[in-house]
Amino acid sequence: MSATTVAPGAGRATERWAVLARWETLLVGLLLGSVVLGAVRSPFFLDGSNFGLLVSSFAEKAIMALPMTLIIIAGEIDLSVASTMGLSSVVLGLAWRDGHPLWVCIALALLVGAVCGLTNGLLITLLGLPSLVVTLGTLALFRGLAQGLLKQDAVSDYPEAFRTFGFGKVPGTGVPWSAVVFAALLALFAVVLHRSWVGRQIYALGSSPEAARYAAVRVDRIKVALFVASGAIAALAGVIYTARISSSRSDNATGFELDVIAAVLLGGVSIFGGRGTLLGVVLSLATVATLRNGLALSNVGAATQSVAVGALLIGSVLLPNAARRLAPGRVGRGGRGGRRGGPASTAEAHDPAPG
Amino acid sequence: MRTTATKTVRGEGARLAALRLLLILAVALVGAGLGTLRAPARVTAQDANTSCAGEPIGAGAGAEATGSPAAGSPAASPDAGASPAAGGADLNVAFLPKDTTNPYFVTAATGGEEAAAEVGGQFQQVGPASANAAEQVTFIQTLTQQRVSAIAVSANDPDALAPALREAIAQGIKVVSYDSDVAPDARQIFVNQADSEQIGRIQVQILGRLLGCEGEIAILSAASTATNQNTWIGFMEDELAKPGYENMTLVETAYGDDDPQVSFDRTVELLTAYPDLGGIISPTTVGIAAAAAALEQEGRGGDVQLTGLGTPNQLREFVQSGTIQQFALWNPVDLGYLAYQASAALVAGTITGAPGETFEAGRLGSYTVGENGQVVLGPPFIFTAENIDQFNF
Repeated sequence: MSATTVAPGAGRATERWAVLARWETLLVGLLLGSVVLGAVRSPFFLDGSNFGLLVSSFAEKAIMALPMTLIIIAGEIDLSVASTMGLSSVVLGLAWRDGHPLWVCIALALLVGAVCGLTNGLLITLLGLPSLVVTLGTLALFRGLAQGLLKQDAVSDYPEAFRTFGFGKVPGTGVPWSAVVFAALLALFAVVLHRSWVGRQIYALGSSPEAARYAAVRVDRIKVALFVASGAIAALAGVIYTARISSSRSDNATGFELDVIAAVLLGGVSIFGGRGTLLGVVLSLATVATLRNGLALSNVGAATQSVAVGALLIGSVLLPNAARRLAPGRVGRGGRGGRRGGPASTAEAHDPAPG
Repeated sequence: MRTTATKTVRGEGARLAALRLLLILAVALVGAGLGTLRAPARVTAQDANTSCAGEPIGAGAGAEATGSPAAGSPAASPDAGASPAAGGADLNVAFLPKDTTNPYFVTAATGGEEAAAEVGGQFQQVGPASANAAEQVTFIQTLTQQRVSAIAVSANDPDALAPALREAIAQGIKVVSYDSDVAPDARQIFVNQADSEQIGRIQVQILGRLLGCEGEIAILSAASTATNQNTWIGFMEDELAKPGYENMTLVETAYGDDDPQVSFDRTVELLTAYPDLGGIISPTTVGIAAAAAALEQEGRGGDVQLTGLGTPNQLREFVQSGTIQQFALWNPVDLGYLAYQASAALVAGTITGAPGETFEAGRLGSYTVGENGQVVLGPPFIFTAENIDQFNF
């Protein structure tokens, strides 16, 4: 393969922007396509109140996609987010059943999430294990803990105010509360990733861990921090989810990690790290949420929706590759263009660290 | 080799004799089989729908008459179903069962479709592919957005679904729960498939009829703490205390913990401890199947009568073998039918869910809304060898 080593340098940033802009244009097209599809298939799609439904049904996954974006850009992955979410929901329920005030229960749930993330981070950095393996293990471990703690029970006698938070909208608007949470977190993560030295180090880490280490990036510290953030935010998603369906169950959010990771990859983040933007991920989240919503409103079952999302993801990987092969004029620098252009990069950008 | 050769040589005569013998045996077997089947059936014929205490079975309208299954009698009253159909053209009722792949809910949906066709409304069934409360919440929100006229829901979690359903009600959608209720303020009507008293009594009434109102009987329940079973057993004991049951004695209530193996073992122990045991009631689907297997293994099938609560698919083989002659449950077709009719009546404004209101439910007749917005389907349905093949759930 034409695994051209990327030379870190000045031209890189502009090149990256140019290519990613193309990918994001494609995503805008996909998003518009999803909107048209929804509008054609259901008369209720373009209704004002549908926005709240569209957002609230995808908010938890969208929130978890933010730290996931940073983790994948840093060259790692967190498969355990949905299990962390379920475990925190269970902890919230148990604490509430024991009669603690609600804010204590929520704090406890967030703490448990952070501890889950810390466990992942320490196992990955101290033992030097691949995050894929570690979080695959904790995916099972955290879910097992949740099941052991709550068994087949459910805690559902939450106070009205809590349910309103999960289910209601900001007074006077059609915007669900969960969308406000997402917007605030998006702003925070965008600043961290795109406007701070932490973000630059995350990209450096994902592009080449060795080089980053030599460049005095505190690799382990950043990794642990990212996983702690991922755990805590998964717990926050768990709290929102618990409020939305007003019940804690051990099987809450099972399988959510796949939607989260799929949305991040569709957003143009390279599974091998170092590339991607939050803008792309936000567009991809909007596309997937719109697609699912439009299909649901036209009575397409959840399984078929997943097929559509999966097809979209695979298609988004295949199309740019195919287009590049069919365009001989661009062969010379085609390897690069493709590698930078969103998920297409997953197909071949397995270049080892330079040096 | 040698045997085969010999047989061939012996020829036609011997083969004919063997055939004749087989024929006689077969006739004898069939006769014997029919004999065991027929004997209690005669009791049934005598008493028709009357229990040992001289009351109609199912404490009210004839149970067997009510539950005309899927292929039932929609033509029975062509205009009875039309009454709640005032707004028929806009009537769009969505069924949201616990799980769309469960044959029980698939069967109930046929009743909903039947009612929709009679009333002139639309019917759709949506829901999760496996029982999941969170997915049901999403479906409720989608249905609300689709502005269906009514949602008929069987809840996986009574509280989890409540906020979404309240939101639907606030948008003007009518909500009916069936099979499994939600929080009372999150629906207008609960179509209750089983009245505890009728469920409890009918099992004693069936067994009394099968035993000719005499003999020792035992109960094989679930866990000793099981709420439903204990409520039913209370009504069973009450029924047995009525005059007419003097010669029927409840010798023991055993607990199989809803575990097939434990239930099986308890049944065998009952048979050993009470050699003259005439019948067993098992008011749990796990228990009755395990008890039937135990009776067949011990060679006591048809000798010790067994009845209780179960589903046709699970008990079909035991009904066919004669180990179980009759068992009870509600008819899910009728349940779906009534849920649709109640939804239609709510949409038409015939009822609002307040106690004391009445509405017409097509072939099932007239219903009155009870306490807490409950509408009780009616007497349990009795499954027999004759009708079991009309059901698949």
